[in-house]
Amino acid sequence: MTDSADSPLIRVPEMGCAPLGSDAEIRLAGLWETEPGWRGWLSTVDHKTIGLRYLATAFIFLLLGGIEALIMRLQLAQPDQTLLTPEQYNQLFTMHGVTMIFLYALPVLSGFSNYLWPLMLGSRDMAFPRLNALSYWLFLFAGLFLYASFPLGQAPDGGWFNYVPLTGRLYDTGPNIDVYALGMVLLGISTTVGSINFIVTLFRLRAPGMSIDRVPILVWGTLTASVANVFAVPVVSLAFFMLWLDRQFGTHFFDVVNGGKPMLWQHLFWMFGHPWVYVVVLPAMGIVSDALPTFCRRPLVGYAPVALSTMATMLLGFGVWVHHMFATGLPTLALSFFGATSMVISIPSAVAVFAWIATIWLGRPVFNTPFLFFAGFVLLFVIGGLSGVMTAAVPLDFQLNETYFIVAHLHYVLLGINVFPVVGGIYYWFPKFFGRMMNETLGKWSFWVMFIGFNAGFFPMHIAGLLGMPRRIYTYAPNMGWNTVNLITSAGSFVFALGLLLFLINVLVSLRRGAPATENPWQASTLEWAVPSPPPAYNFAVIPVVASRHPLWEDWLDEGAGRSSLETGYLLMEGRETLGTTPLDARPDVILKMPEDSYAPFFLGLFSSLIFAGLLLHAWDFAGLMIMASGLSLIAWLWPSKALVQRVPAVKPDKGVAHV
Amino acid sequence: MSIALSEKEIAPLNYFLHSYGPASMPTLHLGWIFASIVVVVFLIVAGLLAGALLHKRPQNSGKIDDADKGLQWVYIGTGISTCILLGMAIYALITLNTVARPPQAPALTLTVTGYDWWWKVEYEYNDPRLNFVTANEIHIPVGVPVLVKLKSADVIHAFWVPVLAGKTQMIPGLINRQWLQADASGVYRGECTQYCGLQHAHMALEVVAQNPAEFQRWQTAQHRRVVLSPANNTGAGWKVFMEHCSGCHSIRGTEAIGAHAPDLTHLKSRRLIAAGTLTNTPEHRERWITHAQEIKPGARMPSMVLPPAELTALSAFLSTLD
Repeated sequence: MTDSADSPLIRVPEMGCAPLGSDAEIRLAGLWETEPGWRGWLSTVDHKTIGLRYLATAFIFLLLGGIEALIMRLQLAQPDQTLLTPEQYNQLFTMHGVTMIFLYALPVLSGFSNYLWPLMLGSRDMAFPRLNALSYWLFLFAGLFLYASFPLGQAPDGGWFNYVPLTGRLYDTGPNIDVYALGMVLLGISTTVGSINFIVTLFRLRAPGMSIDRVPILVWGTLTASVANVFAVPVVSLAFFMLWLDRQFGTHFFDVVNGGKPMLWQHLFWMFGHPWVYVVVLPAMGIVSDALPTFCRRPLVGYAPVALSTMATMLLGFGVWVHHMFATGLPTLALSFFGATSMVISIPSAVAVFAWIATIWLGRPVFNTPFLFFAGFVLLFVIGGLSGVMTAAVPLDFQLNETYFIVAHLHYVLLGINVFPVVGGIYYWFPKFFGRMMNETLGKWSFWVMFIGFNAGFFPMHIAGLLGMPRRIYTYAPNMGWNTVNLITSAGSFVFALGLLLFLINVLVSLRRGAPATENPWQASTLEWAVPSPPPAYNFAVIPVVASRHPLWEDWLDEGAGRSSLETGYLLMEGRETLGTTPLDARPDVILKMPEDSYAPFFLGLFSSLIFAGLLLHAWDFAGLMIMASGLSLIAWLWPSKALVQRVPAVKPDKGVAHV
Repeated sequence: MSIALSEKEIAPLNYFLHSYGPASMPTLHLGWIFASIVVVVFLIVAGLLAGALLHKRPQNSGKIDDADKGLQWVYIGTGISTCILLGMAIYALITLNTVARPPQAPALTLTVTGYDWWWKVEYEYNDPRLNFVTANEIHIPVGVPVLVKLKSADVIHAFWVPVLAGKTQMIPGLINRQWLQADASGVYRGECTQYCGLQHAHMALEVVAQNPAEFQRWQTAQHRRVVLSPANNTGAGWKVFMEHCSGCHSIRGTEAIGAHAPDLTHLKSRRLIAAGTLTNTPEHRERWITHAQEIKPGARMPSMVLPPAELTALSAFLSTLD
């Protein structure tokens, strides 16, 4: 594959193989393994550990958000209930939204991507392993930060959209909104560094031969989402920072009396908010595009159209934010433009839907649990997409907006397109994560209970919306015609919760008792299935050389190109190393020296979170101290290390240095 | 806890099946047609999915299909979807243009201001002496477009009388405009649909559409100021009102000029109190005065603690405000 003549590598890495148990393999394991015990626990930068942490933390937040939802459904099961006070209800629905959207939906996908990217791309880690660790710690601390005020009854209560002036100092005097504002700025740092890491990893850390048209669709989804985050997150961080300044220092960005503009908040929030919707679904759609074909025993129909439609969705996604604001009195011409783009954005979704259906039609589906989740997802995706088309019609949205129809739509989109692929994805990759299969019988039960409960719970919400039930009301009168639909919704939501519980029980049981899994139990086609289950610390004993989009299906699939080389590849074991390749063609370009484990990300995350705690409590001295502590952590992080120098051995500069 | 207006389920906000005026009728049709298209498309796609899952397959050849086989699915499916979407987009935009402005100049202009958690309604005339203010109940003449200017006194609310027109936000610092027209006389319920804090759930209003003669009568009655006779001027009820209520509530023609709460000049003429929460009976009025925080927790109206004699007097006084 490589031609050392024009290769820009200074040190040309040796090719070879390092089978399990060989000297080279043992040496490699020693280089990459994390120290056991709490030291390793705090200092690890292994993307697999970080990925699993993301997944576990996000699921805990999913459970919290789910419990909040169930309490609300108890309150709304019948008219005129007094289980909750209005203030409690408002905090619950706000935290439910914040939790699900910010602390579950993206982090859970980051978990998959963190774990899977290097394995799918044929790399030994992410581009910036320490940044990866920081991104997780910040996410965890931001989540704890947002939740810390809940037990004190001071949780955010202005809705996740947090419209001013309701959330201004004048109408919300407690710390509730400051918690939200500062927590979001903190979480924004985590999202941003995580996104940058993904972008660089994709462009530089693919195995040689994995040209840009050979990466899995999940990678396209996460890449698209990450690029979007880099543009969208600063908008919302800025908005929340401005709100905090308004509240604490009397600036007038949103203060009507002094010329501030409530509409400014709406624009800033939705300029971020709508791209975010696609950020939390595109990677999940990628999960399906990659995993569904495995169970259909054929490649995805229309790889290129699906990859392109992923990016087209995101591009259009930056031009539809006003459809959250159709009722704000904007001029008709502006509404027409945003209404039309909101309809056009369903075209790329149609591409994906027909690609999935064609894949199933032309394949030989194996009805395993993950497949059920992916096939069920397609149906829910269609329902969510179609109700989205209805809300994109501006005059119809004048009616539908802020009713339960929107609640139904957004849950079909976020649960249908996020939760179902995620749960299916866990069933699919669980053997890779833990080396054990999940229980199929329990798995099928969990699917059907979730699927039926979901539709019973959320479909009637469409009807409630058409009957005029507004969102975010803590109770309703019995004569409004909403009694029956609400009772069904509440019942369905508990059935759905039961299904999710079955899934979690399955996870816990299978962790201990699941049947041992082979390298590639589903006979899948992508690189992560070429390594043992669970994968060793170094991922790939040798960096493989890839020759097609489906390296593990080359024997059955005639894609023209040669054969990928998985056993023999780049050895790279002078310390923690992996191969950097060129952005488009993935030609070997540079040997990347990867950092050792370090406490610095943990402490930087901790101290910078404490800065925000200091700002919240007006403990300015403490915040200053924490800024200094963060600075010190950063110095420790960046302290030059000999092992990281891209050095050329003094002798024989152009020859590979054989390992001992 | 609200006291039901009626136990019967009447679904007064069902805009999907009911429309009583030209500002919402085109949207009603749009809703039906879109809903039909969406259901048909769903059935087709669900059928395709079911077929894909269940259809019989030829013998396994051991080879995996060519990756690009099946691309016509994507082309045809997306092509048809695009055409349908374009048609729907054009229809939606035409409808938007139809409902954006009234077919003729509005016959009446009024201003509705959202407050936490009630609505101030102002009628303005060329002769400002005729101007009057009421609350939570809008009267309009049947068959003519009415322009409603929307303002907010505090946070963002949204004005929505679904069977007459779509919703429009009331944003502090801005004046939004919305028109509506009722082609049949009747009472049409509206709700605030923008989350506005603790009592967002209890912020309703009613639009009462009357034939022109009735509307004229109502208007004339509203023009009237309250003239306190020496008898009730010194009455116990009036004193209680001045002492406890006039800081927030006003009664035109008297010294009660509070501006934070609904104008009560013609309180008794209204159908509902507490922003659409209770029917306007003497019992409910008394209950609202003494238990406002139980009925609408967090509302700006306090639960008043009054000796029974004062409450009775106040209630009697309020019953004179017709």
